[in-house]
Amino acid sequence: MVEWTAAERRHVEAVWSKIDIDVCGPLALQRCLIVYPWTQRYFGSFGDLSTDAAIVGNPKVAKHGVVALTGLRTALDHMDEIKSTYAALSVLHSEKLHVDPDNFRLLCECLTIVVAGKMGKKLSPEMQAAWQKYLCAVVSALGRQYH
Amino acid sequence: MLSKQEKELIIEIWTRLTPLADRIGAEALLRMFTSYPGTKTYFSHLDITPRSAHLLSHGQKIFLALAEGSKDIANLMTNLAPLQTYHAYQLRIQPNNFKLFSHCMIVTLACFMGDRFTPSSHAAMDKYLSAFSAVLGEKFR
Repeated sequence: MVEWTAAERRHVEAVWSKIDIDVCGPLALQRCLIVYPWTQRYFGSFGDLSTDAAIVGNPKVAKHGVVALTGLRTALDHMDEIKSTYAALSVLHSEKLHVDPDNFRLLCECLTIVVAGKMGKKLSPEMQAAWQKYLCAVVSALGRQYH
Repeated sequence: MLSKQEKELIIEIWTRLTPLADRIGAEALLRMFTSYPGTKTYFSHLDITPRSAHLLSHGQKIFLALAEGSKDIANLMTNLAPLQTYHAYQLRIQPNNFKLFSHCMIVTLACFMGDRFTPSSHAAMDKYLSAFSAVLGEKFR
């Protein structure tokens, strides 16, 4: 189980309070598809992803960005049981969606960059560290049911 | 592989931010030390507390090396030869740490640039820093 200090919990909550899921979700997924183009392999049914502009304008990408970020937020209410919280989603990503779990890390990196862009100086090094620890815990939980 | 447009984007970013070289470099280092405390082990001889003179001067050194490298990306291997030797034989930094620093530099750039750090800027910079790191680590073994 991941141990959280009181400060880390506060930092993670503070970052989430600055995130508008409907804005940041799409931005994070668009950025992931652009910066790490191999991640497009999972979105063959989403239509035109052929250019940066197409990705940014794609409504399915935007909608799925919201879904993904909403899922990432779930852990905030279950910080002491992250593994069990994501067990079913892990099975889904492994057995149905067949997503290479290393790509979860890439989406989370892009999310961190989106958050950094929005928060600027307000994202202190300590907040960044706690935020990344949170995302690492979720990524690890999502990868757990892969066999 | 960096396109002509990506190279231009990278040069533009480093050039525009050069007046803040010490602050940006120092912040990237500080973020790295905070997120990845193991990286502090290479700096036991320096004062790396926030806003210290050592941190600012070291941050500036790294920023300027990255900025300089971007002006002639095709010849990174030649131009970085002295730094390659230094990092491999004297500093002997575990090469995975280059990735950690690159990530924190990108976070710092995003904090400074906000929306102007577009996905294409991010992609270009990520590719450049990966290439720079790979060249820097070439002589390790």
